[in-house]
Amino acid sequence: MSRFRTAAGGLVDRAQRLRFTFDGRKFHGLAGDTLASALLANGVHLFGRSFKYHRPRGVLTSGSAEPNALVAVRRDAARYTPNLRATQVELYEGLQAESQNRWPNLACDTGAVNGLIAPFIPAGFYYKTFMWPRRFWKSIYEPAIRARAGLGRAPTTADPDRYASRYAHCDVLVVGAGPAGLSAARAAAAAGARVILCDEQPQLGGSLLTDNHAIIEGRPADVWLRETLAALAHNARVVLLPRSTAFGYFPHNLVGVNEKLTDHLAASPPHLPRERLWQVRAREVVLAAGALERPLVFPGNDRPGIMLAGAARTYLLRYGVRCGSRAVVVAGCDAAYQAALDLRAAGIAIAAIADPRANADGPWREAARRAGLPVQERMTVLGTRGRLRVRAVQLGRIDVHGTVLPGPALSCDLVLMSGGYTPCVHLFSQSRGKLLWNEGLQAFIPGAAAERERSAGACRGVYALAAAIEDGAAAGEAAAQTVRAAPPKPHSAGAADGVLGALPKGRQPPGQKSFVDWQNDVTIADLALATREGFRSIEHVKRYTTTGMATDQGKSSNLNALAIVAASLGKPIPEVGVTTFRMPYTPVSFGSMASRARGDLFDPVRRTPMHEWAQEHGAVFENVALWKRARYFPRAGEDMGRAVARECLAVRGQCGIFDASTLGKIEVVGRDAATFMNRMYVNSWTKLAVGRTRYGVLLREDGFILDDGVVARTAEDRFHVTTTTGGAAGVLALMEDYLQTEWSDLSAWLTSTTEQWAVIAVQGPAARAVLQSLVEDINLAPDALPHMAVARGHICGVPLLLFRVSFTGELGFEVNVPADFGHAVWEAIYAAGQPHGMTAYGTETMHVLRAEKGYIIVGQDTDGTVTPDDVGLSWAIGQAKPDFVGKRSLARPAMCAPQRKQLVGLLSIDPHTVLEEGAQIVETPGQRAPMRLIGHVSSSYYSAVLGRSIALALVAGGRARSGQTLYVPMPAGDVPAQVVSPVFYDPKGARLNG
Amino acid sequence: MAELATLRRAPAIPAVAGLRLLEPAARFILRGNPRAIHAAGMALGIDVAQAPCRASRGATRSALWLGPDEYLLLAPAVETPTLAGAIELALQGEPHSLVDVSHRQTALELSGARAADILNSGCPLDLGSGAFAVDMCTRTVFAKAEIVLWHTAADVFRVEVWRSFTDYVARFLGEVVREN
Repeated sequence: MSRFRTAAGGLVDRAQRLRFTFDGRKFHGLAGDTLASALLANGVHLFGRSFKYHRPRGVLTSGSAEPNALVAVRRDAARYTPNLRATQVELYEGLQAESQNRWPNLACDTGAVNGLIAPFIPAGFYYKTFMWPRRFWKSIYEPAIRARAGLGRAPTTADPDRYASRYAHCDVLVVGAGPAGLSAARAAAAAGARVILCDEQPQLGGSLLTDNHAIIEGRPADVWLRETLAALAHNARVVLLPRSTAFGYFPHNLVGVNEKLTDHLAASPPHLPRERLWQVRAREVVLAAGALERPLVFPGNDRPGIMLAGAARTYLLRYGVRCGSRAVVVAGCDAAYQAALDLRAAGIAIAAIADPRANADGPWREAARRAGLPVQERMTVLGTRGRLRVRAVQLGRIDVHGTVLPGPALSCDLVLMSGGYTPCVHLFSQSRGKLLWNEGLQAFIPGAAAERERSAGACRGVYALAAAIEDGAAAGEAAAQTVRAAPPKPHSAGAADGVLGALPKGRQPPGQKSFVDWQNDVTIADLALATREGFRSIEHVKRYTTTGMATDQGKSSNLNALAIVAASLGKPIPEVGVTTFRMPYTPVSFGSMASRARGDLFDPVRRTPMHEWAQEHGAVFENVALWKRARYFPRAGEDMGRAVARECLAVRGQCGIFDASTLGKIEVVGRDAATFMNRMYVNSWTKLAVGRTRYGVLLREDGFILDDGVVARTAEDRFHVTTTTGGAAGVLALMEDYLQTEWSDLSAWLTSTTEQWAVIAVQGPAARAVLQSLVEDINLAPDALPHMAVARGHICGVPLLLFRVSFTGELGFEVNVPADFGHAVWEAIYAAGQPHGMTAYGTETMHVLRAEKGYIIVGQDTDGTVTPDDVGLSWAIGQAKPDFVGKRSLARPAMCAPQRKQLVGLLSIDPHTVLEEGAQIVETPGQRAPMRLIGHVSSSYYSAVLGRSIALALVAGGRARSGQTLYVPMPAGDVPAQVVSPVFYDPKGARLNG
Repeated sequence: MAELATLRRAPAIPAVAGLRLLEPAARFILRGNPRAIHAAGMALGIDVAQAPCRASRGATRSALWLGPDEYLLLAPAVETPTLAGAIELALQGEPHSLVDVSHRQTALELSGARAADILNSGCPLDLGSGAFAVDMCTRTVFAKAEIVLWHTAADVFRVEVWRSFTDYVARFLGEVVREN
């Protein structure tokens, strides 16, 4: 056992030794250690290099507030987590940790040259220095600065771990399982509440894990803790969440909690996710987040071996680790004396206790005096020495005038400091509760709550153990009884125990910086510079100096920075204000945020009833909204072009079969169904007979086309409306919105039937012949079922809704059957079609066929700025109707201007040139940019049946340009094309009526 | 009918402990005022509770409250062709909408002591027995899918989900079940 490890005591298991490495060096630790405690037990104090100056840094704290000891933990190339606080990394067998921000190694880091040029790189230097030339910022300055100053690097391979999520509801959420939180949870549970108690640490207990000999309710603290936890664990209405950080407080008492499940395990069981994101909706929240110990600001306060007094005490009492052999204690509060006493009892020499305060008083100080510890009043620190570890402290005596005179220089390998405690108000502030400055406590504490929330214990300045437990119990009980949170009772805490801001100092010794924010290397000088340069608001000072930023969000530095700025401006602290506390409280992994929404489960993948058939027949699929749609069915040796040409010719020559199931379908039913349709769509529906269909166009209020589709009237009071695939959900929501908010007078209802029906389009000259043999009770003869008719019947014995419609320009039917029958009916039709040369075709072929006919696709040939007239659909508008959605907008002069872009056909002069979709169109060739653009190509294909390329385009005043040659400027030169009618094939429509 | 059944092909789901795909069912969405709802209930042989989020059961049929004027009616699959006629007959003269959605959705059943927790991996509602007692039902979401959730018995939930979302919901539940 190392000489730094005590023989007994603490919560580590001395029988269970664990091997681990740090920067490749092999060490041993104990089960129950953190990486920080294990390294300290091995005498290692050098943990990393600082952000800006690359100064050697050790460990400052023993918990989540740690600004310095950031490490990366590697499991494999993909499981590499940077910027972890060594103080929170639980040790496991074989753990591999690395230091960060150093090159070539931690002890000898070339970046430390930054420390020598420090006078030239003060706060905000990069705003001033790297301004010119401007373009250098992105390409040269920023990458170079980022490479030099930085934290860890992110892994480049995909994260193989899984992350879980859980929604939870409870009556009372208690954040923090220290004495106040445990007491609150116990009281709330006793009152019958559903309770969730979460804590960031692996063990619940908070400060009791260190103060395990205190007496609570007549029992030693460890016994009380064990009993209290056992009782809570046995209560089925209580959920205990260790390793779970409440990182964000969202409106209406929604609290984000990040639970770590496997990071502490040597090998994680494959079934376990790495983390679980809890979204807890709590009726009441009790915040019992405790308090954070403040460092002291004095010259040279950042060397390895200088740490918070309370942290050193925790390492000793909880982990059995002596952080050094000879300590100088700089005591800004009474708790520092307690630490000194505990450390001395463990055999650490106390060289001196320097107390900068004048008339300090306190029970531990008294105890220290009685124990004969060398207490020195009115003593400050002028500087420290030691490169990779502190080895001496130069004290300074403060005389009655406040002047600092050199005092003794003491050799040591450990400096403890404590400036007192800051209530941890982060979550309270996130909840938008108002912080109040408490002059007596010299701290911001929670004021009036904005949510159903109350704070208890040290996080509202109630520090004493018994008082915190009482405060917790009161909060827990009130929360359980849903008493509206009263303004927190003022508590008389007496005088503040601690110091804020910088310690008095004499002439700053050369090379000694007084750090305020360890993580961002912000010093007193930086803050002074900011105020000298005119920054007055703490928010501006924060942004200029970066104090309080980065992963620790200034947990240890904010209040000192505030006090220093206030002093420099000569204002009281509350007038300088306080910066906003932002989530997350501690960093949360992206994996946890994404949770299960990644890979296969990123989004639902919707498949049609015929998907498997398409798959078996070699379909290439494309994504349309969330659907997988068969795009084409290539045969051996075919590329897309050849496959699509073959499929197109088959539909035009024989017949094709196409899966149209993804089209949106809405059943509009009710006495006023026709009235509703009249108000919604541009078309007139009153005269549409039962058994007939009509092509409907839907506008937005601004008069532009939103959606389209065939609408069938299947009964006097019933319409079967189809929408585009991607528009289905939006159209239904829009209709429902109108129905509920504008037209509640109408007796009509909407029901989505998109997935009720499998839709099989059978298109081509042989379509009737194929279906004839399968359809049982519908006469398919042209007179009986003409184009745009609809009929009910049966096919293959299953219910059928048969549309005589065409999106190809050929004789066509759309077979609608209940979805579960889709696959079987498709197979039957396909089999019956084989003697007729039936070919399965996909969406790409469908696109070509409809373009040959000049049929638009909403979203491709329209873009939200296109009116019905622009695309030649004014015939669809029921002009006699008093109103419909968008009607007023269509009457605006700009909507009828002759120079609006209109849909035209475009034939490239070279029939083999297929224009590029999206390409711009100009009037004359040879223009140089910026050109006058008069339109763009919206659809463009090679048409097999026409033996040439075709395109649809939106061109300003396009219809009047028929016959003109326009130009499509491309990198290789202008492509000439002639304006023609958008109907390229069968312009008379004879084939439709076949 | 037997012949019809052989033609049916419901979405397949992966094997997940505690999760099964229920038999096909007849399903209708009924919209209308309380009189229409009551009349439809009479036709179905169910005394339909018109309180929010309640499911009312008959011997083989059920009516699930989805909204103030919206119900999901469930019956054995064999009744699909006939039930609509019977209800329409009972609702003559009463404004309403009745739409067959038998094939629109599938039904998954999740059972087990942890069923509520497992559903809470994707469903943000309070599914504790105090808030969502047996025979309560609601339209809600499960991750990125819309579902109708029905607490059918202690530790048993029925999830009605649109056909093409079945695979997503089942696989999502499968992942959660494995890690619990």
